[in-house]
Amino acid sequence: MNDQKTEVAHVTQMAKKMRRNILDMALEAGGSSSHFGGALSIVDITATLFGSVMKYDGANPEWDGRDRFILSKGHGCLGYYTALHEVGALSRDELLSFEKTGSPLLGHPIINRPKGIEFSTGSLGMGLALGIGVAVAGQRRRKDYSVYVILGDGELNEGSNWEAIMAAPNMKLGNLVAILDRNRLQQTGSNEEIMSIGDAAAKFKSFGWHTVEIDGHDISEIHRVLTSERQSDQPLAIVANTIKGKGFSFSENDNDWHHKVLSKSQYVSALKELGESLEAAQ
Amino acid sequence: MIIDKRTATGWSRIGSRATFGVALLDMAEGRDDLIVLAADTSTSAGLDRFRKTIPEKYLEIGISEQNGLGVAAGLASEGMNVVCTTFAPFQTMRCCEQIKVNLGYMQHKVTFVGLASGVVLGTLGYTHCCIEDLAIMRAIPNITVISPADCGETAKATEAALDHNQSVYIRLTGGSPNPPVYTEDYDFEIGKAVTLRDGNDVTIIATGTMVHASLKAADLLAENVIDAGVINIHTIKPIDRAAIEAACASSKLIVTVEEHNTVGGLGSAVAEVKTELSNAPPQLMLGITDSYAKSGEYKDILEYYGLTPEHIATRIKDRLKSD
Repeated sequence: MNDQKTEVAHVTQMAKKMRRNILDMALEAGGSSSHFGGALSIVDITATLFGSVMKYDGANPEWDGRDRFILSKGHGCLGYYTALHEVGALSRDELLSFEKTGSPLLGHPIINRPKGIEFSTGSLGMGLALGIGVAVAGQRRRKDYSVYVILGDGELNEGSNWEAIMAAPNMKLGNLVAILDRNRLQQTGSNEEIMSIGDAAAKFKSFGWHTVEIDGHDISEIHRVLTSERQSDQPLAIVANTIKGKGFSFSENDNDWHHKVLSKSQYVSALKELGESLEAAQ
Repeated sequence: MIIDKRTATGWSRIGSRATFGVALLDMAEGRDDLIVLAADTSTSAGLDRFRKTIPEKYLEIGISEQNGLGVAAGLASEGMNVVCTTFAPFQTMRCCEQIKVNLGYMQHKVTFVGLASGVVLGTLGYTHCCIEDLAIMRAIPNITVISPADCGETAKATEAALDHNQSVYIRLTGGSPNPPVYTEDYDFEIGKAVTLRDGNDVTIIATGTMVHASLKAADLLAENVIDAGVINIHTIKPIDRAAIEAACASSKLIVTVEEHNTVGGLGSAVAEVKTELSNAPPQLMLGITDSYAKSGEYKDILEYYGLTPEHIATRIKDRLKSD
């Protein structure tokens, strides 16, 4: 691995390209709409994972030695597909087929191992349990992969998560990392309005996770905790404070963008906002 | 697994749940990829020895069936041969959507075993009974559903499920002792019904504990000069269409008998086949008639719903008379 500064610079550019592709995909989706806000809140995390931290070969997404990634909050899939594209597992044509009949890329991930999609997710509250199973398999078979699961904070309303959060430390799964996309919004309002989850970090900690809380858009910080906070016999929980719709002034913290059609004029203004930094990246 | 008089007697004495655990321990040797999950139910499933003697093939998931099913699927996704088990209502309904998404939709292969299904735990109330599992599991694509007739068949079904290419739900019924249907070995094949007795007037198609009861009912009918055949249809899905079609061609009446709701279970599965046939005979559907009407001792509940050999025989006689 390169030094952290180089890695962070690389991931920063990757995240910008991903945001550009999310705009294109959201526009292509047209009237079928897309989960725009909750994808943009995880982009800096998925970029850091796929672009730097994970052992991954985009040319061979089924490589047995790969680190496993599970997007439990499956509606954030634009932040997943665009990362897979950056590492070469998905083509741009595939990205642009998003939500079209026959496309491998629908509004929630559908298992497709040759293309890097590990599981079908989207029914909330199921991903962490899958991750535990994959982690136990790695532990029992003495394989050295890690398992990364991204959860949503609204998703934590589902009780099944708490069964999994209880189980993972009991099983001493040092190869498991849960990252909470703490954007504080869910479909019809804020967490506080709909169903507050309170102090998420304290909850993970009390269940026995090694827990750290970070700025989920600070790539340097994301990178640092993913590479330095792992424990040998304890799962790691990262509470990543994020902004729903991050990256574009019209969508940041505006919950209308949970699932919404991107208009051409919004697309053009978003491109302008990305503009300079994107050109600099190319 | 080989069934002979000795194993049939021994297994019958301990019942289907314990037989499952004992048989699984026997099968574990040489299966490096096997892993067994229980939800604080290892003793209920006869897995206590398994847990203690081969802990590397056992995983305790606690009383959390939704998580357990997800963990099972995660393990299966890495190529492990996964068995998970708890009491039938919790194994099927508590984690129903996990079954749909992980086993049905994604097609990760897991063998999941519902303990003490039917009404054997009637003294504990209907929270612990399960009269809905066949109907619900049958409605999920890519799941094979098996309801063994006795303890020997439980062992055979478990072995077949481990080697099957798709998820299998095994529904265990009956108490201990659990009367044997089979006292000698036979070929068990998923999806293939077994004709246990030929008959020209009526064919009784039964599953689970009701196979033994139906054989006895056929004896009683023979005393009344009614010639009743009995088919053990251990696989509810995929259902053996050919066996049903053959029975329809040779019988005046089809009778289905199940320790399950008459809505959605074996009776419905047979009727779905029959309705596509021309000139199929009528069907008498015996089972638990869509209610939670009676709690209490197992034998009393079976008596109440008419699921004893005597009641089954009487219902068939009455039906034939009325035609």
